[in-house]
Amino acid sequence: MDVIASPVTLQAASEQAAETLVYRTRLPVRIWHWVNAVTIFALLMSGATIFNAHPRLYWGKYGANYDHAWLVIGKRAQEGFLRLGSFEIETTGYLGLTPYSTKAIPPLFTIPNYYSLAEGRQWHFFFAWALVISLTLFVIYSIFSKHLSRDLALKPQERKLAHLWHDIKDHARLRFPTGAAAKAYNPLQKIAYLGVIFVLIPLVVLTGMTMSPTLNAAFPWLLDIFGGRQSARSIHFLCAAGFCAFIFIHLLMVLLAGPFNELRSILTGWYRLPQPRKDSL
Amino acid sequence: MISRRNALIGVGALTLSGCDAVTRSPTVRKVLTLGEKATLTSQRLVTDRNALAPEFTRADLSPRFRVNGNSTATSAEYLRHAASNFTDWKLEIGGKVARPFSLSLAQLRAAPQRTQITRQDCVEGWSAIGEWTGVPLGLILRQAQVMASSQYIVFHCADDFSGVPYYESIDMIDALHPQTILAHTMNGQPLPIGHGAPIRLRVERALGYKQAKFVMRIEAVESLAGFHGGGGGFWEDRSGYQWFAGI
Repeated sequence: MDVIASPVTLQAASEQAAETLVYRTRLPVRIWHWVNAVTIFALLMSGATIFNAHPRLYWGKYGANYDHAWLVIGKRAQEGFLRLGSFEIETTGYLGLTPYSTKAIPPLFTIPNYYSLAEGRQWHFFFAWALVISLTLFVIYSIFSKHLSRDLALKPQERKLAHLWHDIKDHARLRFPTGAAAKAYNPLQKIAYLGVIFVLIPLVVLTGMTMSPTLNAAFPWLLDIFGGRQSARSIHFLCAAGFCAFIFIHLLMVLLAGPFNELRSILTGWYRLPQPRKDSL
Repeated sequence: MISRRNALIGVGALTLSGCDAVTRSPTVRKVLTLGEKATLTSQRLVTDRNALAPEFTRADLSPRFRVNGNSTATSAEYLRHAASNFTDWKLEIGGKVARPFSLSLAQLRAAPQRTQITRQDCVEGWSAIGEWTGVPLGLILRQAQVMASSQYIVFHCADDFSGVPYYESIDMIDALHPQTILAHTMNGQPLPIGHGAPIRLRVERALGYKQAKFVMRIEAVESLAGFHGGGGGFWEDRSGYQWFAGI
């Protein structure tokens, strides 16, 4: 990629000032990013409140206290714990038992910041609608504005394993694209974004719908797809964990790639192209 | 001087109290109910009036169906009925109906029955599968000739939480749904007291708190405003649970 990008970059660097600002992120994408950021945080935190009502996860059609749970967050006496299958770790102070609560997930990470299942559900379902509506509008925009085909879709050469492997190695060495190459999303970034837009969000919405007894009557096939309501609930929770992982890596990448420049880009659309590294010249 | 630690704690406390102000704001709460309204409207739109909740086989039954809510009613009258196996107990049907009447447990058992193996989903997240046998509520309501002005059916229960009686309500769509039954039998046995003897409501497309136990009296009404807290059910009044329990 550096080889392809270098001549352009060298030319740009010689002809223009060092500070090359480019318009990289269009307004609808920026709006969706921030609506989505607020929505996902509200859903994760109100979802934590709902999880606290019964912090046990099962596989199959049914599952309650007497049935085998594959994941349990709980407390006994003065100890909080997390049990995954037969593996258990003590989590006192973090999960299950903290100075602030005896619930699975402490109030710092829940909406509301006190335990109310009813209020948690109101927040969750309000923002569930926000998620579905904003994603639908974003996907329609992305198709018609060609944001999807031009910016997000992997170019033919990017789909080659060797190319992806190269990109993975670059990420591991924290060598991010410079010059004109930095104008576009890189392949791993595209895969992460496409994964959230077309896999993670649809999956979390569908498993959420599968937990609705009314929608089970309307769309019983959803239960067949996910293997029962409690399996759907478990997958819903794993999706939430997936969102947490995405947010962690996303924010880490922003920090490593230059938080000021990245924030300016997602707020105003304008991005300063990073100068080529000395060693690549 | 303010230490860094204290400053952090201060910022944390301010943030938390800020969040607290948001979640407790009446305006915010009102806006959030838009989600509930959208859910009710859209779920009713995509779900056929008579679409059935999934039914399961005996192989799917929960090995142990947990008792939830009150494990018994404690009034002297209820305990007297329980001691005599509800032989002289009667279910009252009244309110906005042309022909109020009452039914004994024997009459309920002799009426046309429906048996269904269904899943109960608690609002907390767990599920249990059980087999229920009972009389379709629609049959009883037709016999009572519910007036056209009736919008809801209210279920008055014998149990209470610290003296506040349990009650629930459903609209006519759920009341006339073929799977909505007054169950007197669970997993082939007379309904145990823990599960709401002598009868409990089964409204299979709704969450667990709608499945009223220890049902004593059924009332057809035009509005839920006049009952207890006006929310249409005990948990709706007590904790603000959504009246529409479709998700």
